[in-house]
Parts: sequence; C-alpha cells; structure tokens
Amino acid sequence: MKARASLGGRGLHRRRLVQGAAGIAVSFALTPLAAQVMAQTATLTPLPGSMNTYRRLQGWLQVGADGLVTIFSGKVELGQGIATALIQIVADELDVPMDRVRLVSGDTARSPNEGVTAGSLSIEQSGVALRHAAAEARALLIAAARERLGNRLPAEAILGTADGFVTAPGGERMAYGELASSARLERDITTVPRPKPVAARTLIGRPVERIDIPGKVTGAAMYVQDIRLPGMLHGRVVRPPSPRARLISLDESSARALPGVVSIVRDGSFIAVAAEREEQAIAAATALRSSARWDEKATLPAADATLFSGMKALRSEDTVVSRKTDGAALARATRQVQAEYTRAFQIHASIGPSCAVAQWEAGKLTVWSHVQGPFQQRADLAMTFGLPAADVRVIHRDGAGCYGHNGADDVGLDAALLARTTGARPVRLQWSREDEFQWEPCGSAMVIGMRAALDADGQVVDWGHDVWSHTHSMRPGDPDGDNLLASWHLATPRRESPARNLPQPAGGSDRNAIPLYDFANQTVTNHLIPEMPVRVSALRTLGAYANVFALESFMDELALVAGADPVAFRLRHMKDPRARAVIEKVVAMAGWKPGAAPTTSGGISRGYGLAFAKYKNLAVYTAVIAQVSVERATGVVKVPRAWCAADAGMIINPDGFANQMEGGMIQSASWTLLEAAPYDRTRMLARAWSDYPILRFSDVPRIQIELIDRPEEPPKGVGEGTQGPMAAAIGNAFAHATGVRLRHLPLTAARVKAALA
Amino acid sequence: MNLDVNGQQRSIDAAPQTPLLNVLRHDLGLNGAKYGCGEGQCGTCTVLVNGAAIRSCVTPIGSLGNARITTLEGLGNLERPHTLQKAFITEQAAQCGYCISGMIMTASALLAKTRNPDDAAIRAALDGNLCRCGTHNRIVRAVQRAAKEMA
Ligand code: FES
Ligand code: FES
Repeated sequence: MKARASLGGRGLHRRRLVQGAAGIAVSFALTPLAAQVMAQTATLTPLPGSMNTYRRLQGWLQVGADGLVTIFSGKVELGQGIATALIQIVADELDVPMDRVRLVSGDTARSPNEGVTAGSLSIEQSGVALRHAAAEARALLIAAARERLGNRLPAEAILGTADGFVTAPGGERMAYGELASSARLERDITTVPRPKPVAARTLIGRPVERIDIPGKVTGAAMYVQDIRLPGMLHGRVVRPPSPRARLISLDESSARALPGVVSIVRDGSFIAVAAEREEQAIAAATALRSSARWDEKATLPAADATLFSGMKALRSEDTVVSRKTDGAALARATRQVQAEYTRAFQIHASIGPSCAVAQWEAGKLTVWSHVQGPFQQRADLAMTFGLPAADVRVIHRDGAGCYGHNGADDVGLDAALLARTTGARPVRLQWSREDEFQWEPCGSAMVIGMRAALDADGQVVDWGHDVWSHTHSMRPGDPDGDNLLASWHLATPRRESPARNLPQPAGGSDRNAIPLYDFANQTVTNHLIPEMPVRVSALRTLGAYANVFALESFMDELALVAGADPVAFRLRHMKDPRARAVIEKVVAMAGWKPGAAPTTSGGISRGYGLAFAKYKNLAVYTAVIAQVSVERATGVVKVPRAWCAADAGMIINPDGFANQMEGGMIQSASWTLLEAAPYDRTRMLARAWSDYPILRFSDVPRIQIELIDRPEEPPKGVGEGTQGPMAAAIGNAFAHATGVRLRHLPLTAARVKAALA
Repeated sequence: MNLDVNGQQRSIDAAPQTPLLNVLRHDLGLNGAKYGCGEGQCGTCTVLVNGAAIRSCVTPIGSLGNARITTLEGLGNLERPHTLQKAFITEQAAQCGYCISGMIMTASALLAKTRNPDDAAIRAALDGNLCRCGTHNRIVRAVQRAAKEMA
C-alpha cells in the first residue's frame, strides 16, 4: 500500500470535529448561514452537487483572517469517513494543509440542508459542491493577490497556490489569511473556475488517515453519548411491551420515591423518567415497568414461511418500473425458468444504543443527535411540539454506526419530551439494548419473484422481476406525518406518514431490481404493500440487498440451465465495459476456473460463487467472489474467504473506500448467514444480543479488495456497494458447494440442514 | 468509596452496587468504556481489573476493593498513545469506532499474557467483542502490528 498522507503537525491532536463543550456553546446567532444561503433557484443554471440549492459561496466555505478554512456540509459522519473525505477534497482543491480545514456539519443552525446522509450520496452531493466551492475560492484568492500586487506584477504572470499561500513568480507569497478580507468570497458560485485537472491533484486519490480515529482510539469526547452539560440529567423510557399495546394503568409512586428521581413523564402510553444518575433512571424505569398494566394486541404477521404468502395477499400498489419489448426475441424462447426468493425482517443492531441530549431554553429546543438527517429530525420535532422549525435546533454528533434509520431520530423526541419537564436542565437519554432491539425499524421482509425465458443458445430473451415489500423509508421529514416513535404513543397521538416507495432511478423496494444486463424483453414490477404490521424503514441498501441476491442467484440458476459458466454467462449478457471490468478483475483475483468442481472432505463441502451489481444502477460497480464451506451434519455455513473488485469512478480516499467495502461484505455475510428478527403474533422477541446473534471474529471472512481508479470519472458513493453482491455470491457458492439452491435469506443452519437432509 | 483508576485514587460517591461503567463515565468523565448492552454480551465496556479484561457494565464497584482499574485513557492519550492505540491508527482500524475501546482493552489483556499471538488466538480472544461495522480484519491486523512492536 502507498504511504498514507499524514495530517502533519503535532502528533495526534484533536482536530475539527472534536468539539466538546466549545462546539456546544456556539450560539444560535453566530452564523445562521442556512438562512442566508437559501437559494433562489427558479431560473438559474444547474450547479453541481448540492450547490443547486445553496448557491452562496460562503455558505459552503469561509477563509478566516487566521488562514483557517471552514467548510459547511449538511452531510454527517456516520463512521464512514465522510468528514475526512470532504476535508481532503477541499484541502486538495484549495492547496491548504488538511489540518487547516475545519468542518461544520449537520448543525441546522449553521450547515446547508443536504437532506439525509444516506444512499452513498455524500461524495456525489456534498463532495462535488465543496470541490467547486474550493476551486472558486482559490480563484478569488488569486484575484485578490493579483490586485494587491498591482502593476508590480506583469500581466502575463501566472500566480499559483501552495500550502495556504498564493505564490507569485518572483517567489513572493501571500497567506490566504491576509487575502481573505479583500478576496470577494461573498457571492454566488459561478463554477467558472474549474476544479484542478487530475494531474494537479495532490491529495485526492491518496489514502489519507481519518481525522476522527485518533480521538476515537484514545477516549476523546467524540460521541453524542459523551456529551456532559452542566446540570445534565439522565433519562430512560418505559416502552409498551409490544408494538400496538396501550397503557391501562401505572402506579408512579414507588418510582417517585426512589433516590435521584427528578421527573416522571406519562403522556398516553409514553412513559419516561429523568434522574440525577443513569443507574437511578434505570432503577426507576424498572419500577415503573413493573407497575404498568397494558392492553396488548396480536397485530404481527406470521413468523414462519406463511409470512411471504401473506405479504403477497395484502393490498399492494403495483408499478411497472421497467419494461422492454422485442417480439422477435420473445419468439425465440424455448425454455421458461422461474423461482421465488425471500428475505426476513432484519435489524440494524447498532453496537451503541441510540442516544440524544435535549435542552429547552425559553421555549426553544436544542437536541444533540446522531441522526442521518438533522433537518428532517428537526422538522418532525417541530411538528410534534407545534413549534416553528426555527425554534428547534438539531446538532449532529457522532454515534455508533447506524446503517440506516434506527432509533437515532426517535430518541431525540424521547429526550425532548422528558427535558420539557426539567426546566433548563438538559437530559441525556440513551436507549437500553432492549429498547433498541424492540423498537428500531426493521429492514422490510421481501418476496421476489423471478422469471426468464432462454432461447436455444441459452441466451436470455425475456426477464421478469416482481418485488413485494413494505416500504424502505419511513424517515422523518415527510410533511404528511410524524415519524418519531413516541409521537404515536402520546395521549393525542400523531400519525405516521403514508408509506411511499422511493422513485426510480434510485428506487426503494425496487432498488437494483432493474437488471444492468442487456435483455431484449423485461418487465420489472414493484408491489408496495402500504400496511406495516412490523415497523420498517431504511436499512442499508434498502431493497437492493435482496433484489441483488435474487437477481444474481437467478443468473446462476439460468447459467446452470444453459450449461454455461456463471462468469461467461454474465459477460455475454453485459455490455457496460465498467461492469465487465470489475467482473473480470475479481475473477483474476480469486483465480476463478470455469467448471471447477466443488470439493467435499470430512463432511465439509466447499464451493465458490460470484455476483455483481452496480449499486442503484447509479453508483459503485462491485463484483464479489465468495468461498463457502458447508458442514453438512450441522448445516453451518461459513465464508472463509471473499474477493471484491470495485469501480467508483474517481477515488477520493482509497483506504476509506476499501474499509467501507470490506465492512459492507462482513455485515452482509452476517445478515445472509444469521439474521432474522424474531417475533410472535404480539411481540417482537429480540431483547439481547443472545436473541439476535451477529457474525463474530472467528467467522469473519478474510477479504481481498482491489479498486479500479478512474480519475476522469465523477466520484460515486461506495458505502453500500457490496451488501447485495456478497449475499448472492454466498448463495451461489452454497449452490456450487452442495448442488442445492437456497432462495430464502438468511441461510441459517437449521434451514441448510433441512435443505440438505 | 475509593477506586484505583488509571493509577490514581479516586473517591466515588455512589452506591456499592453501581456498575463500574456508570462510575467511569458519569463520575469520572471517562469516555473510553461505552455502554453497549449492560448485560455482558458485547464487550464495548471492557476495562482491565488487575490486568484482566472484564465487562464493567456488570461489575459493581463494591466488588472491586483496591484492585487496579485501567481504561482506554489509562493506556495512552493523543500526545503519548500506547503501542496498541498507534497500531489502530496506522491500520485505520475503525469505522464508527464505538467498539474500539473494548477491542483495545481486550487485546491489551491478551498481549500481556501472550507475546506473539497468532491470527486464531487473536480472533479467539476478541470473539466476545462485537463489531457491527465489519472492521474485524483491520482490528486483527492492528493487534498483530502492536504485538510485533511490543515483542
Ligand atoms: S456494555 Fe458491557 S458487555 Fe455490553
Ligand atoms: S467500528 Fe463500528 S462497531 Fe466496530
């Protein structure tokens, strides 16, 4: 590996995002940039990335008299390394050391509203905007230097920039800080100054150390969980025992008498308690729980295989999202193949339960939060409390990885409801592990029906893909409903927004349902089931995980029918050269041999499987090969090794890229081999890790990753590229190893054992 | 009640059944040990007690007597990071990082007993520590690197 660019300077000093008390003390009045830079979009030319809606340069980037560059992003750090990548982009474009760039992100009073940090869009949206902003600022600083030098500078002289200075041919240098006041940075972005050509880049494309890792490995106050404000109380919630339960009675007296208890909130079926110490809040919550009487209802669906036939029987809104017709090709069909695949409800299962700190001052609410969408959480908080959005401020802090819409938004409302009863004393509230498992939204169960027709040459001439699913996005920020959990439990309950499917081209349930392969005929249909008996929302990749599993498993099934090698079969249906390149690359990496036989020894069968996807059909190209071993007696499947080749256009930080791809593969292996949310007809049943096991160190695959860099192509998101291909590669490897096709996720030992019996 | 934390005597005003994790975080303002489950099932709260890795979320302070307690902060800091902390930075062995304190503390107990653990020994030692971001292989590489540097 290439040497990593160091951040220079003084060892491991805390930088930028590590704000602790100082960051928290920033007042509302300081820079209400979000207000200043609101766009007047109507007739303007489109700008790259998120600049379309925020056109003021200083809304993205400011240069201080001290030469420090402050950049503003609506995208937030989720452990994916985005903060580092954004700083890296600006430092490169502006020729300033990385440790002179500060990032303000996810503060509704200071940052641009760039929507939710999801869908692997941060580099495409915020990164591209900041790159242009930095290019513009650089040009303006050069212009200011030219003005300052006046006629001492020959007209044809070219000024450069380096290390935070504008440099003139005679060796003269002017620091950005000195030029900041005369450079006309307060204007709309023109994009006339173009970003640097590839050859002039110094940081983009090089592995750079993440700015947040030193603090995270030494115990700095990095997380929302680490916030400690003066007078801060600790809170806990007492949730209903099941999703639709209603509170009948509650005796608060014994909890009220416990040491440290400051406030108990009971509003409808919402119960919470604040105490001086966290363990006191936990003790009081336990007392409240034991005195609460509930009315429970059996509203959950079947937990066995009838779940899926039941889903298909529910009312659905059906949309054909892709159709191609070619009668001549269809007439060549000689064989029809079909198969149905399913996926269980699955849980985000963050390692750190959701947490928020809330404080009310003079009727205004501040929430520190690890949400993906601070502006969206603010919208729902304002809706719940009947406040104007301007009276609610959400400030992002890092949390444990969330992998989509988990409890992070909900806990902000819990803390705010509790803090409303504690005067100006802020309340920190962290959910228990059980709260998290019981109440966070699941990734939806899915049924996917695949069908195809082959011609006599084994070429696909017709293709069908039907997805039945609940929605994959019930995030806050929808004006037609309130999507914060506690709001549904209040005495005057709020209603959740209607279920919607995110539209193509990105898609929601149908994400990656449209094949990238060239088929003459195809029909892809999304069946959105509006009813939601199990709470669902966005889990990393939305529907793509299961759609790619189905599509790429089915490609292998068809290859078998056609008597073709799975790699050759894919390549002969694929024109996109970048797709072909990642497939060919991973084949070379793993030493894939067409027709290689599986092996069995000592009761263990081994095989290989390949799968491919271009995430959302818009982002990173990913091809994965997995090796699996199947212990036939127990049904235990392991993935000892996996290989991945990926192409996301221009690479910003190759090390961060690889880290995300590998993390996604391991998470996907865990989903694919182990994970299904347990429930009965009334209750969700996961309370502890022992109820919802995830992959552990001994079972984690050894992984090799190679990246194809295309510096002239726009950078694409990488965080969700591998989950679908990894699942399908495992499924295909299982089929190769055993000769048995498993079409139901997860491939648990019990299911495998039954299939092999 | 007195506790010996990171080489200092700290006097604590909390009930003896209070979990050590709460005292570290809320009384002593230490961020390293983290709440992940409170039931001994995830390892995010791992600290050393007399050199052994324990789950601080299920360890009442009343059971500790004058044992030596070491947290992530006791290993090293930004200015003088411990070999393990440096190795985690060099290997960029974190995504969200929430699990990492527990990983480093567990690894530090391992390396104190075993000079050059092989891959399997490191994985076995860390098997009770959960990571949801999929950082496992980097974590193993960081521990291997530290082991080499400490040998
Ligand atoms: S928090 Fe102690 S083991 Fe999970
Ligand atoms: S790095 Fe996020 S849980 Fe391990």
